[in-house]
Amino acid sequence: MPGLDITRSPGRVAFRLAVPRVSGVLHPRLILVCPALGAAAFLVFCLTVGAGTGDYALAPHAVVPALWGAGDPADVFVVRELRLPRASVALLCGAAFGAAGAVFQSVTRNPLAGPDMLGITQGAGAAVAGGIVLGVGSAPGTQTLGLAGALGAGLLIYLLAWNRGTTGYRIVLVGIGISWMCLSLTSYLMSRTELHQAHRILGWLVGSLNDRGWEQARPLALALVTLAPPVLLLGRLRRTLELGDEVAAGLGTPVQRVRMVLLLCGAALAAFATAAAGPVLFVALASPQIAQRLAGTASPPVVTAAFTGSVIVLTGDLIGQRLLADAVVPVGVVTGVLGAPFLLWQLARADKTGSGG
Amino acid sequence: MRPQRTSPARGVPPPDAPTTAPPTVPSAVTAPAGTAKPRPGRRPALLAAPAVLVALCLLSLAVGSRAIPLDQVTGALLHPGSPGADGEVEAIVRQTRLTRTLVAVLTGAALGLAGAVMQGLTRNPLADPGLLGVSAGASFGVVVATGPLGLTALPVSLWFAFGGAALAALVVHVLGSRGSGGASPVKLALAGVATTSLLDSLTSGIALTDPEALDRYRYWSAGSLTGHDGGELLTVLPFLAAGALLALGTAPALDSLALGDDVALGLGRRLGLIRVRAALAITLLTGASVALTGPIVFVGLVVPHLVRAVVGPGHRLLLPASALLAPCLVLAADIAGRVVARPQEIDVSLICAFLGAPFFIALVRRRRLAEL
Repeated sequence: MPGLDITRSPGRVAFRLAVPRVSGVLHPRLILVCPALGAAAFLVFCLTVGAGTGDYALAPHAVVPALWGAGDPADVFVVRELRLPRASVALLCGAAFGAAGAVFQSVTRNPLAGPDMLGITQGAGAAVAGGIVLGVGSAPGTQTLGLAGALGAGLLIYLLAWNRGTTGYRIVLVGIGISWMCLSLTSYLMSRTELHQAHRILGWLVGSLNDRGWEQARPLALALVTLAPPVLLLGRLRRTLELGDEVAAGLGTPVQRVRMVLLLCGAALAAFATAAAGPVLFVALASPQIAQRLAGTASPPVVTAAFTGSVIVLTGDLIGQRLLADAVVPVGVVTGVLGAPFLLWQLARADKTGSGG
Repeated sequence: MRPQRTSPARGVPPPDAPTTAPPTVPSAVTAPAGTAKPRPGRRPALLAAPAVLVALCLLSLAVGSRAIPLDQVTGALLHPGSPGADGEVEAIVRQTRLTRTLVAVLTGAALGLAGAVMQGLTRNPLADPGLLGVSAGASFGVVVATGPLGLTALPVSLWFAFGGAALAALVVHVLGSRGSGGASPVKLALAGVATTSLLDSLTSGIALTDPEALDRYRYWSAGSLTGHDGGELLTVLPFLAAGALLALGTAPALDSLALGDDVALGLGRRLGLIRVRAALAITLLTGASVALTGPIVFVGLVVPHLVRAVVGPGHRLLLPASALLAPCLVLAADIAGRVVARPQEIDVSLICAFLGAPFFIALVRRRRLAEL
């Protein structure tokens, strides 16, 4: 074909069209993996709705019609009123954590950097702990405080890391400093309150989807819709940042502005997700890495990481609900326990020098 | 670098020859690390440190929710049971506050030494037992021992603390040195935070299932110097002493290590042995102090930097001076915590974190740290 020029190399296909002057690079594996993960997320979503909290078991084929309000009225009630809100929070917060983790890991160029390592979730934790101690412990109050704490910590980190521009490593280290301050403030508050309040604080700090509903899902969905476009539009410039600041500047990327927008969007995504479900550990750390391995790309892919995050949180919540007969294990405990093998996996890869260090 | 016996034919340098002779070596060899930057003008300031420590100890005995005049403090210390003395004052000074002060001094010395050894061993200005996850490992060991296993006795939980500290140090080291470029400060710090948050979530999981464990854990994890008796101190003391001796013994080796692995090898140091000894010292010091008071962050980071500004980078002076100054910092933080929110008290770890974190951030902003 004269108008189409195709170059194949391992893992990617470059094409150039002559007539509408369009060219680009396709990653066949990414194109394959991304919808597959989306489908997996939807499947686990339906499973969660079908077999979630409570004894009313639904056949898988009855779930999908019930989602649209068709079928047995009892099924529709259980699905749409009781289980759909919680599953939606799980889906959305997993996606937000996954996308935020991908942005942070990419901008700081470190596979261990994430909002839950850099003080953003810890800021939310300190704010929520303070709120519970002072008596602002209602669900909307906790949600607002969590959001404010996380956003405040994110802004503070960015401002303190600013010294004639920021660098990835300075953001990481300042974030670690802020995170320690918030952690010790939280444990001080916990040691000063009544035992039942300490129990509530710890229950929030672990990250749980118990008693979550539409009032958590709605702001989170709104945040995802607002924050996803800038992150996705900056995807190309984000990948140049991974080559190092000098190279990125040489390629024409406005390094400081791109980094600022990406970091603030990532921090806001993590903040809304934390406000909705509490800090669900290791989702933001693990999903971008898993997505990157699955898709075979050089940097963490944002959309795939978001789907991976959804799958992880939904699965973790399903496991947590079904693990013990008489109690619901918080999803954060499940992901925390799953995080241990993930860290070991990272350790096992340690001898392969140069692989994404 | 030792000459290699199996070196190739003359005129052809061994393949690694260019990298074995970095340009900094000659100057570094003529000026050994111990005297690299002598600051004779500032060193006498160090002589004041013991006096400051004693003064802070006396202050720590005197200040609290009930202030006791200094003459009564010395009286209760030196002549207990003398006629005319207030029995209540004696009880407060000799039992509550004396133990608390000794705990502060010992924990401070242990953390300062551990931090200085860690910074020397990893050649990393941001090393600290708390930051690099060693304290979290020790905490996790203690919580596992006291929670699910029900072993609340200190001698037993102490061994769990050592085990947890050693394991966490190993994990953080391997995790932080993965990838190209080896263990950079940033990667080590992140590995420390990741390990800490994993261990914290496991610890919270344990504490959530057991309200009694939560009640004990929340006081202890806030890093408090109160609620100890003399017996606990005596249990921990031998381990602290062993760790301190081991740490002080590594000083000359750490000086060689500061010149780089290659130079240290050339000076006849056995790197593996140095690392094992230093890691053992860090484990003993951190594990024992965490088992006693819970995790206190940033003391091990701040003190060696302050001391280095006075005595220079040589470890022969740096280590003992850190062990002397860190207790001053912990005592001062503890006294401040008693005074600021009277009659309530603020835990020493919170004060240390709120003093240490800004210091850490200032350090990060000022220094040109090696990037990834």
